[in-house]
Order: sequence, then structure tokens, then C-alpha cells
Amino acid sequence: MSPRVVRTRVEFEGEINDELSIIDGRDLPAWRGALDVVGARTPRVDGVARVTGRARYTQDVVLPGMLHARFLRSPYARARVLKVDASRALAIPGVHDVIHRTNAPKAAFRGEETIFRDEVRFAGDEVAAVAAVSDEALRDALRALVVEYEVLPHVADLEEALRDDAPRLEEKGNVSDSGKQDRGDVRKALAQCEHVLEATYRTSTQLHNCLESHSAVAHWDGDRLTVWESTQHVFGVREGLRAALRLPLSRIRVLCEHMGGGFGSKGGVGKYTIAASILAMRTGRPVRFVLDREEENLAAGNRSATLQKVRIGLRRGRIHAILHSSWSNAGQGRWVADPTGPTNSLYDLPDLKTRSYRVVTNAGSLSAFRAPGYVEGTFALESAIEELADRAGIDPLQLRLRHLAKKDPLSGYAYSDKRLRECYEIGAREIGWKARKRGGAPGSTPDRRRGIGMASQIWGGGGGPPAYATVHLNPDGTVVARCGSQDIGTGTRTVLAQICAQELGVDVDAVRVELGDTDSPYGPTSAGSLTVASVGPAMRAAAADARAQLLGTAAGILEVTAKELRVERGHIVSKGTRTPIKEIFDQLQNYTVIGKGSRFPNPERIAIKTFGAQFAQVEVDLGTGEIFVEHIVAVHDIGRVVNPLTAASQVQGGIVQALGFALTEERVVDRGTGRVLNADLEAYKVPTVRDVPRITVRFLDTPDRRANSTGAKGLGEPPMIPTAAAVANAVANATGVPMRATPMTPARVLAALGAR
Amino acid sequence: MPSRTTYRGPGPAALSLHVNGQPLEAVVPPHRTLLDLLRDTAGLTGTKKVCDEGTCGACTVIVDGRAVYSCMTLAHTCEGKSIETIESLSASGELHPVQRAFIDEDALQCGFCTPGQVMSVVALLRAKPRPTEDDVRRAVSGNLCRCGSYTGIVAAGVAATRRAPGRTAPKGDTER
Repeated sequence: MSPRVVRTRVEFEGEINDELSIIDGRDLPAWRGALDVVGARTPRVDGVARVTGRARYTQDVVLPGMLHARFLRSPYARARVLKVDASRALAIPGVHDVIHRTNAPKAAFRGEETIFRDEVRFAGDEVAAVAAVSDEALRDALRALVVEYEVLPHVADLEEALRDDAPRLEEKGNVSDSGKQDRGDVRKALAQCEHVLEATYRTSTQLHNCLESHSAVAHWDGDRLTVWESTQHVFGVREGLRAALRLPLSRIRVLCEHMGGGFGSKGGVGKYTIAASILAMRTGRPVRFVLDREEENLAAGNRSATLQKVRIGLRRGRIHAILHSSWSNAGQGRWVADPTGPTNSLYDLPDLKTRSYRVVTNAGSLSAFRAPGYVEGTFALESAIEELADRAGIDPLQLRLRHLAKKDPLSGYAYSDKRLRECYEIGAREIGWKARKRGGAPGSTPDRRRGIGMASQIWGGGGGPPAYATVHLNPDGTVVARCGSQDIGTGTRTVLAQICAQELGVDVDAVRVELGDTDSPYGPTSAGSLTVASVGPAMRAAAADARAQLLGTAAGILEVTAKELRVERGHIVSKGTRTPIKEIFDQLQNYTVIGKGSRFPNPERIAIKTFGAQFAQVEVDLGTGEIFVEHIVAVHDIGRVVNPLTAASQVQGGIVQALGFALTEERVVDRGTGRVLNADLEAYKVPTVRDVPRITVRFLDTPDRRANSTGAKGLGEPPMIPTAAAVANAVANATGVPMRATPMTPARVLAALGAR
Repeated sequence: MPSRTTYRGPGPAALSLHVNGQPLEAVVPPHRTLLDLLRDTAGLTGTKKVCDEGTCGACTVIVDGRAVYSCMTLAHTCEGKSIETIESLSASGELHPVQRAFIDEDALQCGFCTPGQVMSVVALLRAKPRPTEDDVRRAVSGNLCRCGSYTGIVAAGVAATRRAPGRTAPKGDTER
């Protein structure tokens, strides 16, 4: 069958897009019956490489003659760069090149023509890049660069930027529309309500702090540019380099075998990638460009701070109307991670009005951060619902159940599968929800109160095309499976090995998965919880193709029909005889089997979502304002669980990161200078081992057979979404005071208690 | 604590120490950290550079039996000392029980903090072969894991001494 073009709906980070996709052949039917490899608790296939230090990350790439590069960054939040004098820097021994706005070649980057702006727009914006033989020479050169700035008025704070007297950063002002939904007549509906809650929620800027900082090593051999990059999307980096450098794609190769965390911030090419490439091409030497921890926290993305206003009304025991408006500090970013997504899609709510606004400021740009928008929005929505229910004397879980959406409120389509009710039931049982009382319970000391709270989760995770894979069968029966996807720590390599092994009929140990190479078949970005659901089916199809080729050949050699044969644990099985795959190949010398597979389109007029619920039990010290999270119960519905071991790790990790968002993490910017005051791991508090509570992880593990041929959906983001709201609700239950700002530091808790 | 005062520098000076049982001679400036010596001079890139200012623990190595942050240790203070890095643990070809336990308990995700976590746990087990969960927590409390694999790390630390090399983890509840 020849390839054909189809149109399909793909959800990515809360946005639904129509995509054209080319498919070849016919999709496999969903797996039926019991599977032995998929679904088994499987240790990571790259575990040995990672625990021995053998795994090579971008910062570990060393090439002969390699130079090191760094940026000079603006100390001012907003300024015009009048002059860059590099003469003293270039005179330092070991300094090879300096590029800045007047001598750097044009290089398109995110809608601009150059990576060095005439007007720098945040403290940390790139002004010049230096390449030198050593870090010492580099630092000397950065100090020797002379830059003349004309400092301009700035505004870095979200709420200051909203004021009329704030410096106007864009022609149309600092605020722009970025999303709206209207359903029914909210004004009228609110007027009819018996209880109306009006509340303002604030969430702080969260910094990714991937332990491996953003980094690239560029090697130009005079013909082809090879770039090692710590990225979630090698193909995205290649495309960014093509646009910036105007090289044909055949002359760019991007590699990322291992990477040390991305969490959304490593979605494409960075200025450092482009600068490394330009410097490599200018100097003729490989260039390594690794951001340090401070730069990582200034200029490598963040989760926007938000200001959210909610009005929610109750009538006859049901949510009758909701109004949710949100303002996000995008920094210099050009988009918004919309916090109203959960409000628009989680519940069946007839009268609804939501608005989302982007606010531009002189601060580092946002980037996607694990469930962008949904973490912030769920905090507001689910806090408001629980507070409203308690006010009206309704059990908050019951109120949610009354609004369980039977079809997707946005599209009107039926769900491929939805088991949120079961998530609620399991979670409520595990946390002891029945014992929850309004006003909480006594704690372990007279100063402490104990409470429980909950929150729901909705997210995409259905994936979609395009994604491709190949499966190469070696003469000894081992397998090399390829896809240009990445394993960013989520366990992609392991899950794909399992899917390949299951479909092909070999052991997981026989499969080597090669990822992170643009010379492989296209793989999508490792983001949006889409990898398993996108690449998994492509890998399965490639393995099925390889198996069919193998069986056809084996049938000829064994002189039977292919229908009588199957592959089982590396053997061709036929009516009681078992022939190792190797023996078939031995007779054919260097016969090569390459199976090819692609991701087929999503079913039409079906909404594919993941759901879940988390429950939290906390103790709060009323004297100190400290919150002690005692137990988190997480129940998630992600279709089939391919690997229970790595899936549980993802849930644990999402919750830990969310606890950081909820309790300790906050970028602090000095309003007077616009500088980040805690761009390090000392003052910016990411959770440590001491901050981890008891965490109970449960999956429904029911294949979603309408979603795709594996029945599996994404998990990367869902566990991060409801935690902060569940904790806030537990604190509110314990203390009787709502928590409307993150992080819920002791100071904020005490302030809230004092305002009671 | 240095037993006697030595003066070196201001320029590069000769240094002699043992890394993973092998002698290492180098001529490096006084400000060179042990981390950079290991990564750049010895080519041992298993030890990771994350913060380079003593706040994350990713660069943890063992110096004369004690776990230290190699980014906060000047190379010249290690004169004559014995350094062990992540590469030493499986030099025989067999994984160290702690490494095995990290894999079995899935005590890692992206793996970038893993070498440091493993070295902290190895140092603990030498001092206390049968640690409690709280001992492990204390040992890795200076090792950040942004992926949040802490529950698995603690489980691995406790399980490491009980686990024969090569044994896979039992099936069980996902709550660990």
C-alpha cells in the first residue's frame, strides 16, 4: 500500500491542533489478552550506563581542539546596547573569537533576525559570546569586554506591569489576550446562586533547575555540522539550526543520547546552540557551550507567575457558574501556558467564562514546565471548588462527582476512555476521606492541626502522528530499534524496548534502542506526555513489520506456511519445534530485516485524555506556619501501564516537583533592578530527600484500546498537576483558612492565619 | 585536616594523588578544583558538574573514605590522598551492590545526580553496613535529585547490603 495523507487531531500541552500526517499501510489492532513483556516491572535498559557514570551527557563530550564558550549577559533589566568593544578581550591569550550584535552573522531565532538584540530586555539577556581554550581565559575575556549601555525604565513584576504607570514594553501595551471560553450566561447564572465565592490566587515563578544545564557542543567539519545537545527534541534543534544558519538539513546532525532532565525547558534550539555553531564555523574548532547554574536560572525558562481571579457560584447543590481570569508573567516569552485549561475541560459546567492574558515584563521568558498552565490553574480551580463546597456544607468529593463530564466539554466528543470516578474511589479509600471533617482534626501536638484535601487532574497525553521507528534484526537474533525520540529520564528507552520485544517475540535484553539522533526516523518532542502514545505505536508497527518479514523468510526455509509460525522469545515456533532466529539467518548469510513503522492517526471525533486524583494529608504548626505533608495518595488513569516500575517513579517525581512548587520554590526578583536574587540552588529551594512524604501510587492500568494500538497514554505531566491544590486544600481543612498563594511558606501560612 | 602547611603557586604546581587505585600526576594551578581535575585532566566524566558551588552534591566522590563535594575541594588539598569516583565501583566488570540496588529500585530517572547519590550511599555503607532508612536519608540529604527519585534512592540504600549482585527486584506494590 502506498503512503497516504490524513488529517488528525493532536493535543499538545493543552492546545489541540489539526495536523497532516502521512501513513503507510494499516494500523495494528489494539493488543488483546495478557501480555508478558509489556506490563512487566522492567528495570531500565540504560540503568547500567547511568549508575556507572558511563552514560555520556552533553557536558561529557570532549573533542580534540575543543574551545569553551560563554555569554556576556546584561546586568540591566532593560537597556540599549550602544557599543561592544572586544579588542581587549581578543588580546587575551587563548581567546579565539568574540561575537556580538555588530559582527555576528544574522541568525533567525524565535521571530527575530539575530541572537543579540539592540535592546536587551531582561537581566541576563545575551550581549556577546566568547570562545576560548580554557574556562580561565573565557572568564578573563568576559571581564575585559567593554559594553556601553543606555539604561531604560523596566518592569519585572507581574502586578506592577499591569499598572497604568508601568513602562510600556510593547506597542500595544504589556497585556494581551491569549485565550477565552464562553459557555452560557455567567453573569445571569452568578446572580441566581445561593453561595458565591470570590477569590484571588497567586502562584510564583518556578525555575526548572534541570541538573544538567542547557548545553551544546558544536562540531563543524567544513561540510557538516554535528551538534550534541541536551534537548527534548533533536529534530526541533535541527530545524532551529536550519532556520538560523540556512544549512540544508542533510548537513546538520543533532545528537542526544542521554540528557539530564528537561521538564519542558529543552524544547528546541537555544541561543547557546546557535552561538556554539557560529563560533565553531568561524574558528574551525569544536565549541562546547554549557550554561552555568546562575545562567540556567536567568535565561533558560521558567513557569510563569500567575494572578488568577475566580468567581464561582453554587445553586441547589451544584456549581452553577464560574468565572476564571488569569494573568501570566510571560517575561519576554511570546506565548502563555494557559491556566484556564482545567476550568474549561475538567468538569461539566454549563455557565462558564474564562479569560487568559499574557503579560510581558523585563524578565526571562517562560518555557513549558511540566503541565504548563495546568499546575497553576488547577491550584486555583480545585482550591475554589473545595472551599465553596465546605462553605455550603457539601462534601467536596461529592460536589466534583456531580459535575463529572461524560463527554469533553470543549469539543463535545465522547472520551476514548475515562475512569476518573474510579480514581476518586480508590484515592478516597486510601486516604480515609470518609473521616474528613470540616475544620480538620487535632494534630500530634497541641500546636498542630491535621487535615486532608484532594484535587483532580485532567491532561492530554493521547499523542499522535508523526512518529516513526525502524527495527533492524541482526543475524544473531538481537535487535536494534531506532527512533529519533529522546529519553529525558522518563524511561522511554525501556518502554520502547518492551513494546518492540513484545511485538517481535524476543526478550527485552535482545533489544537495543537507539534514540536521540536526527539521522534516525523522526521522533516527536519528549514533551506533552506524548511519547509513549506517539512513539510506542510506531515502534510496535515496526516490530510487527520485522516479524512479518522474518516469518515469511523462515517459512521458506522451514518449508511451511508463515501462518503456522510465530516468534517466541527469540525462537521461530512451529507445531512443537523451536528454531532460534539465528539459525534461520545462518542459512541466509547477511540477509537484512528492517521493519518500518509509523504512528497512525487518532480516531476521529473522540477525545483522548488522562485523568487522575490526588489526596493529601498534612499537619500544620499553627505557631510556626510550617506545613508537614504526611501522605500523598496519587491515582492516575493513563490507560495501559507499560512499565509499572518506571511509571511509579514518574508519579513520585511529579509529586516531589509539585511539592516544591507548592511549598518552597519561588524565583525572587528585585523590583528595583530586575535582577534575580536566588539564581542558585542554595537560596532557590528545590525539594531534598528530607522533604518527601509517604507517597502511595496507584494506576487503574486499563488499556485505552480506542486511543492507539498500545492502549497506553502519557504520564509525564499528570502527576504534577493536582498536588499543590490537594496540599492547599488539606492545609485549609486543617486550619480553616484558605491558602491562596504558592509557595505556601511558613510566612504566608502565618499571614493567612493572622488575617483570619 | 592537613598535617603540615604547604605553599604552592601562584602558577601551576605539581600534584600527586591516587585516583581509583592508579597514581595521577598533574601540574595544575592552585585554584583547580578536584572536580575539574577528575573531569578534565583524568577524563573521568562520570562525576557531574551541576552547581559548581557546593549546593547540589552531584560531584560527590570519596576522598580517603569520606564522601566530599569535589567542586568544593581544591585539587592541591588532595596531595597524596586516595580518590574514588563512580568509575571505580564497577572496575571489575561486576556492578557494585549499591549500583545494582539503584537499578532494581529504579532510584534514578535522568541519571545526572546518580553518580553522586551512589557515592554518598557507598561511603555510608562503609561506615555503617546495615543502615536504617534515616541513615540513608542523612547520607544523601546533600544530594539533590530534580527528577524526585528520592523514595527509590532511600529504598536502594537500605536494600543494597541485603541484595546479592545480579538479583532482580521482586514484583510488588508500587508503593515503595
